[in-house]
Amino acid sequence: MKVSKKELVIHYLALIFLAICFLLPFLWLVFASFDQQATQAIKLPEKWTLDNFTAILSDPSNIRSFAIGLFISLGQATIVVIVAGLAAYPLSRYRLRYKRSFLLTILFMTSLPITAVMVPVYQLFLFLNIQDSIIFTTIFLAASGLPYAIWMMKNFMDAVPIELEESAWVDGASVLTSMRKVVGPLMLPGIFTIAIFTFTGSWGNFFVPYILLQTQEKLPASVTLYQFFGNYGIIEYGKLAAFSMLYTMPSIILYIFAQKYMSKGFSLGGASKG
Amino acid sequence: MHRKAILFLSPSWILLLLFFITPMLLTFGFAFTNLSLTGTDAANIQFIGFQNFTNMFQDPEFRISVFRTLIFLLFSAVVGQVVLGLILALLMKEKARGFRRFIGVIVIAGWVTPEIVVAFCWVAFLSDAGTFNSILQGIGFEPITWLFTFPMVSVIIANIWHGTAFSMMVFQAALDDVPKSVQEAAVIDGASRWQIFFRVTLPIVKGSIVTNMMLVTLQTLGVFTLIYTMTGGGPGNATQILPIFMYNQAFVNYQFGYGTAISLVLLVIGTVASLLYMRFMKVKL
Repeated sequence: MKVSKKELVIHYLALIFLAICFLLPFLWLVFASFDQQATQAIKLPEKWTLDNFTAILSDPSNIRSFAIGLFISLGQATIVVIVAGLAAYPLSRYRLRYKRSFLLTILFMTSLPITAVMVPVYQLFLFLNIQDSIIFTTIFLAASGLPYAIWMMKNFMDAVPIELEESAWVDGASVLTSMRKVVGPLMLPGIFTIAIFTFTGSWGNFFVPYILLQTQEKLPASVTLYQFFGNYGIIEYGKLAAFSMLYTMPSIILYIFAQKYMSKGFSLGGASKG
Repeated sequence: MHRKAILFLSPSWILLLLFFITPMLLTFGFAFTNLSLTGTDAANIQFIGFQNFTNMFQDPEFRISVFRTLIFLLFSAVVGQVVLGLILALLMKEKARGFRRFIGVIVIAGWVTPEIVVAFCWVAFLSDAGTFNSILQGIGFEPITWLFTFPMVSVIIANIWHGTAFSMMVFQAALDDVPKSVQEAAVIDGASRWQIFFRVTLPIVKGSIVTNMMLVTLQTLGVFTLIYTMTGGGPGNATQILPIFMYNQAFVNYQFGYGTAISLVLLVIGTVASLLYMRFMKVKL
């Protein structure tokens, strides 16, 4: 398909225009975080400074909220990878009678909005007397991330040929050993993808900890950032931007790290083949 | 069943049963009670039949929330993210690699950014003295109090900004799968560019478009944080879509029974959308 030169120019201009629209709101955040006199409008800082960042990082309660966020997200990612890995193995390797219905249920659960169940979840946590607990918030988040992880994990595992495992069994390895030593390393990119996906989802999650945790000292960064916005956001744009940048950093770094694996996930499981 | 299979599957079964299936069943249960956190009703939960639902359907706030939710879904998910994502993917096709990457990174930045930070960026961008109003004034227009005058438009645009990258990447992957030979054959047969797009490209990527549309709709149905942090559902109740309405009834007014009934409506919409999605995806197991 040949595109005329004039049209090509229009394409490039349209793309540049769209890129600017996408860039401006984010660029404000970057500039404001390095500017002590930041305002609502985007402007280059007259003096580039790290003062906003030091102000945020010198407050121990902010550090604590980052640590809690890290604990929840790492905890969730670890639980999800292990539990989903265990579940995916029989689903990928064995002939099971209820496999089809189980997988369909899992797929169905991946698409339900978790927002919809938060009111009864809060009730359940009250009833079991486990509300305001970082550990149980993590476990709940892990459960909510499981369906998607099991689905992905099974697909990644299907790609590992069973013959490799069989030769390990012949050499006397147990199923768990062959999972750890043969299947695991071969599907490492898949495991990383699931772990990173889970981690960033959890790190960015505001609603679940906002509902399930109450004590100020237990709140992760997503909730304290929201409080900071409520308390100082209207005046201290620079600090709000710096806090937001620090909070966004892990997601961006992990995305860059995961990029080469993640692109595989975007063909929507072969659905694109029509 | 294989004994090992049961052993391996049980941790996930236990977690899903306790924290996924139980809350869903509770939704059905609580929706028919007068459960509340405070007051005399807190001590004695009573089964009140369809009372919550009759109240709900007579509540003008509920009806308008459903309407707002549909507007939000239509414009931010279906029209906004899917169409803009497709346009971006089409425009980026066969462009210089570095340029493609550059545009991609910028769009994806909005997607990687957590919802709360997206909300801050857009509150600042659209605020009275924000970037957008400075641009408007720069080209001779009056500034507009976007978040007060057009709150729904504001949250829809913010959500498009946040979500479009996903659709764009799905469509890029789909377009890359369109075999070059098919297009070349169409060119040789004398097809025009529009004919090639509508008769060749579109039918091939149709599957991805439909699947992606359902996925995006389901994601958008659960949007809470973005709107809650941007407008809090306001001004007034102007951006109170169903998840916000549910939150307000349950956690602000402490009407848990009523809140759960609203959850059930969300779950039903989600279930229908998700069953449709599974049908379209034609899952092979």
